[in-house]
Amino acid sequence: MTKTPEQKEIGTTGHSWDGIEELNNPLPRWWVWILYATIVWGIGYTIAYPAWPMISGATPGLLGYSTRANVAADIAAVEAANAELMDQLATVDLASLPENESLHSFAINGGAAVFRANCSQCHGSGAAGVQASGYPSLLDDDWLWGGTIDEIAYTVTNGIRNEQSPDARWTQMPAFGEMLSGEEIGQLVAHVQAISGQDHDATLAAAGAPLFLDNCSACHGEAGEGNRDMGAPRLTDAIWLYGGDADTLTETITNARFGVMPAWSEEWRSAGGLSAAEVNAVAAYVHQLGGGE
Amino acid sequence: MWDWIKIAALGLITLCAALAANWARDLAYQVHALIIMAIAGGMFVWTVRTAGDEKGPAPTGYNDGVIRAGVIATSFWGIAGFLVGTFIAFQLAFPQLNFEFLQGYGNFGRLRPLHTSAVIFAFGGNALIMSSFYIVQRTSAARLWGGNLAWFVFWGYNLFIVLAATGYLMGATQSKEYAEPEWYVDIWLTIVWVAFLIVFLGTIFKRKEPHIYVANWFLLSFIVTVAMLHVVNNLSIPVSIFGSRSVQVFAGVQDAMTQWWYGHNAVGFFLTAGFLGMMYYFVPKQAGRPIFSYKLSIIHFWALIFLYIWAGPHHLHYTALPDWASTLGMVFSIILWMPSWGGMINGLMTLSGAWDKIRTDPIMRMMVISLGFYGMSTFEGPMMSIRAVNSLSHYTDWTIGHVHSGALGWNGMITFSALYFLTPRLWNRDRLHSLSLVNWHFWLATIGIVLYAASMWVTGIMEGLMWREVDAQGFLVNSFADTVAAKFPMYVVRGLGGVLYLSGALIMVYNLWMTAYGKQQPAQAAVPAE
Repeated sequence: MTKTPEQKEIGTTGHSWDGIEELNNPLPRWWVWILYATIVWGIGYTIAYPAWPMISGATPGLLGYSTRANVAADIAAVEAANAELMDQLATVDLASLPENESLHSFAINGGAAVFRANCSQCHGSGAAGVQASGYPSLLDDDWLWGGTIDEIAYTVTNGIRNEQSPDARWTQMPAFGEMLSGEEIGQLVAHVQAISGQDHDATLAAAGAPLFLDNCSACHGEAGEGNRDMGAPRLTDAIWLYGGDADTLTETITNARFGVMPAWSEEWRSAGGLSAAEVNAVAAYVHQLGGGE
Repeated sequence: MWDWIKIAALGLITLCAALAANWARDLAYQVHALIIMAIAGGMFVWTVRTAGDEKGPAPTGYNDGVIRAGVIATSFWGIAGFLVGTFIAFQLAFPQLNFEFLQGYGNFGRLRPLHTSAVIFAFGGNALIMSSFYIVQRTSAARLWGGNLAWFVFWGYNLFIVLAATGYLMGATQSKEYAEPEWYVDIWLTIVWVAFLIVFLGTIFKRKEPHIYVANWFLLSFIVTVAMLHVVNNLSIPVSIFGSRSVQVFAGVQDAMTQWWYGHNAVGFFLTAGFLGMMYYFVPKQAGRPIFSYKLSIIHFWALIFLYIWAGPHHLHYTALPDWASTLGMVFSIILWMPSWGGMINGLMTLSGAWDKIRTDPIMRMMVISLGFYGMSTFEGPMMSIRAVNSLSHYTDWTIGHVHSGALGWNGMITFSALYFLTPRLWNRDRLHSLSLVNWHFWLATIGIVLYAASMWVTGIMEGLMWREVDAQGFLVNSFADTVAAKFPMYVVRGLGGVLYLSGALIMVYNLWMTAYGKQQPAQAAVPAE
């Protein structure tokens, strides 16, 4: 290997492996000093912060630092700052909440945060729902179970068709595939398309009308206007929970649907439940998204 | 006599594997038992047919056959790993690519460990085994010890990879990052790894050089430490001898700490110490220069070995891990900064007096950028281990970007340059098929890494800031889905970076293939000066 003059001065260790030699250069000064500096800093840091394990615990450090205490203090500070409004919110008469401007505004902000953390997974971060999965949009005024703040809060507290809350909203559509023939279901589909103002086969729809009265009107109403006491959707508009095309309607009538929403009140959950104030907040948030009553 | 023992053992293994396949409790275990049955059965038949044949004289000279096989395996697994990585990058950008017909086999959750294991253990592992066999022979001036044991290491290790990879696809995983393979695959790897250690040590012991070269210190520390890490982190009890499920011995935060003691030192000893061993041989050979400083190599070797093993807890900041352990992880990570850089200095300064080679030799350029990415990642790592920085960076794509600037930049580039160095020598060719293709590879890979790392910095810091954003009253501003939606453009850029990196690697494979087949392009006729 060729050597520059300064390398000859420094010299090699005299070893050679497969032609590889090693120069005897000293450690770069800057490298050594930074290494020393990090070591000195490291010693200082372990004196200041909890670091060295001892027999019955670790050295706590001079600064009394604790990640858990820090986060607890942060949470306590926010809770203390919001305490008064949260207390009011927990017991407020929801119907009159919109009149109390400052509390209502606080509830909407807080409710939005609750919604993002707990509700957006199904209803979407913009609350538009996911029709393919039957997660309803919360932006319109077509409510399954009622759209006042009180009714929304009840739904949030107890959920729908779950085993957690004994007060969960609960009804069940029968699977008509077990009762009606395929032909009859086709007629019903045509009738539902007719009352919802879609293109349809008039003959089939006419045949479906008496079937609708016999089988569906008890819940969905004679004209298909729906019934909130039973969570039975209105069938006369263009808003669909699962979809209004012929295939989806056939699927819905044949096998029925069983949409579930968990009960969110901490009363019904072992962990991660919402306090009364949080339920009221998220109800206020959802209520003002567009369709609140 | 030896043949008869082999025949009996292989027959027994075939029979046991058949029984295990019959009584298997899950699909992965059954498929693996059948694979082992087929391999052992095939070897049984072959041994019976050749039993008693005259063996030729024991081969002399360097054992390069196993290294040639290693070069091929490294290239193959590299392409496989990069391909899966690029695909899952696009799966994240376009979730529709989690095709319905692939559910349970080809969705992101199944493919992600396939990608990480393919690039770290299949590509990186084969590169390490192959180059350590090459380096230890050359620097010891001795043939690999143990005859065909080196071949056992090669085939055994690649069987481990096949069992691990097929297991992931069929859902056999113990859910520990970079330690996903289940208990019987772990046991097999332990056997192979001990054989690897024996071959390596045996060759060192019979060396003809008075001293052990620094590359071999690093390679030995890699082999020994990985053995220790692997055994401790995989302590588990099988649910059944005929099933792939097992239960970890440690639980809770102890398990998490063991996992990241393992996980970080997989980075430290597999991807750092092992590849430094490669660097310490191939860089001075390619540059034709002596190593810059013997002293530096000693100091930074021992400092690196001593410090790395403590750094694992920085993966568990702000978790159930006690504050004291997290402090130690952070402090040792920061002190580790200079010892890590020692390798970069020694590599780069080895070029002093030969810097012109960066302009003329694309392989050298690859080594230099590899050391550059090594230096950058080993600065970024300590910085991210600082608790305050980590509170922003943890769980974000910044971590993914950090890992890839190290893996693609450092491990990938140094491996590519080693492959370019080795292929003409191993297949007895004068030179590579084409240096201009190496140049293409260099630029495609470099731009690919830059796209990857930059997009992950942006998206990582952005999502970290979005997660922690609260309004004046302390309420959360963004939902998780909002942060995912915001990352989309950067995810596409990251995928494109992967495409570039993969294209470069494909060019390399073509180039190596043509080199091995002896098709060099004629040297460019010198253009007369005007």
